[in-house]
Amino acid sequence: MIEIDLEKEGVRGVNSRLHSLPKDTNERHWLIKNPMGQHAIACGLDAPLTVEIGGHAGFYCGGMNKQAEILVHGHVGPGVAENMMSGIVRVAGNASQSAGATGNGGLLVIKGDAASRCGISMKGIDIVVGGSVGHMSAFMAQRGHLVVCGDAGEALGDSIYEARLYVRGKVDNLGADCIEKKMTDHHLAKLARLLDKAEIKANPKDFRRFGSARKLYNFNIDHADAY
Amino acid sequence: MCGIVGLYLKNPKLQPKLGQLFKPMLIEMTSRGPDSAGVAIYRNPAKKGFTKFSLAHDDAKFGWKKLAAGLKAHTKKQVSVEQIGNHAIVTTNAKEEAVTTWLKAHHPQVRIVGSGQAIEIFKETGLPEKVYEKFDLTKAKGSHIIGHTRMATESAVTTAGSHPFATGADLCLVHNGSLSNHNRLRDNLKREGLEFQTENDTEVAAAYMTWKLRQGASLKETLEAGIKDLDGFYTFCVGTHDGFAVVRDPIACKHAVLAETDDWVAMATEFRAIAHLPGADKAKIWEPEPQTIYNWGGH
Repeated sequence: MIEIDLEKEGVRGVNSRLHSLPKDTNERHWLIKNPMGQHAIACGLDAPLTVEIGGHAGFYCGGMNKQAEILVHGHVGPGVAENMMSGIVRVAGNASQSAGATGNGGLLVIKGDAASRCGISMKGIDIVVGGSVGHMSAFMAQRGHLVVCGDAGEALGDSIYEARLYVRGKVDNLGADCIEKKMTDHHLAKLARLLDKAEIKANPKDFRRFGSARKLYNFNIDHADAY
Repeated sequence: MCGIVGLYLKNPKLQPKLGQLFKPMLIEMTSRGPDSAGVAIYRNPAKKGFTKFSLAHDDAKFGWKKLAAGLKAHTKKQVSVEQIGNHAIVTTNAKEEAVTTWLKAHHPQVRIVGSGQAIEIFKETGLPEKVYEKFDLTKAKGSHIIGHTRMATESAVTTAGSHPFATGADLCLVHNGSLSNHNRLRDNLKREGLEFQTENDTEVAAAYMTWKLRQGASLKETLEAGIKDLDGFYTFCVGTHDGFAVVRDPIACKHAVLAETDDWVAMATEFRAIAHLPGADKAKIWEPEPQTIYNWGGH
């Protein structure tokens, strides 16, 4: 494992070193020391690396990730794994708001809680949260899965399109066009695979499924007065 | 965009280091607010019956000793003064109203930035590091401190428009966000007899709290009422004579993080401001919930 000291090299220095690695590099395992809550650590990676962050990270950690596995040994600030394309981001602690926002692919695992707007506008990312999520989570979610082992705050799945939401605990309330749906064997199997990949032990049968009622796709003339 | 930071020491042994511990917290928030900075520090409580006034004047050579002598002659009470930068801490056992009335009549250019038994407020335009140095805060000892780095959005970049804003004896407020109903509220509060030094939205929040507290509401009740009556985006950090409180608006749009150890409680807009504190990596760290009041110390 190769160690880099963020305090000495700065965020730009650390990210430049990781970006400049050739795709077939043998230097695949990195540890970033002293993250000190700085922003944009390990952003824009595009190689099959394992990057460990030895502490708490700030905003946008692991954003735009492709291929890499990023392990944060602490908490993260807003926008972790924002717009991730592929790969894995694992957070040992809690995440602030907008975790996994607009993510296209890959897996984001948050062992602790995530704050508001977790998975906002998600477009294919899978997000597994060991704890609870805050209000407006999966707002305008378009594709992918959000698994919440704890509770979900207000307006879960507001204006949701096609993402699938699984919640084990209580849901404060559902947002516009989000409804509870039947959990079939197909969904149980998919959820089991997600939990397994996230390395979180939970029984899929304890979860409820939510998704889109698909009423917002088209303008409804009968509701014209409401606009 | 602004940065707010607060540090409340649970372990009295750390009190001699308050200014030193807080310096990197404030400076780390420079990128969120490079135009002005300010702090409210709670230290050296005045003797019973005495009040400390934090006063400011734009002229760094203003004659504070002459002001103190004038105040003493007028009130026939004890008055002492300590100049710190372009601010001065005037301590007196004269009645608060008598002091403010006299100041307004004889020194209208002097701004009263705060008052109470323990609070001292210093604020100025310029980079946070320069402001901190100007008021010699690195060596400051005390029990708790809250600070603000400002990126002005709602009103002009002036010393008077910097935070913290006083909200009553030993109480003050820093704010990250913007209020949308501050003009209407200001008019209403003016009718209730409150006075304003600026067009700043946060000053309205401070005046609102002053008004509520004067009516006999507790700090918690005041903050609860504020959640209903203040419209807009806000994370507030409020200092009290022996504690501090944090509250966010119902949407919790503005960033905030809290951290707690056996020795201290810290709040900041971003964790990187807290990361420098001893034991921060092992602290309990969480994001404050919307419209929830968190408070330490005090009642």
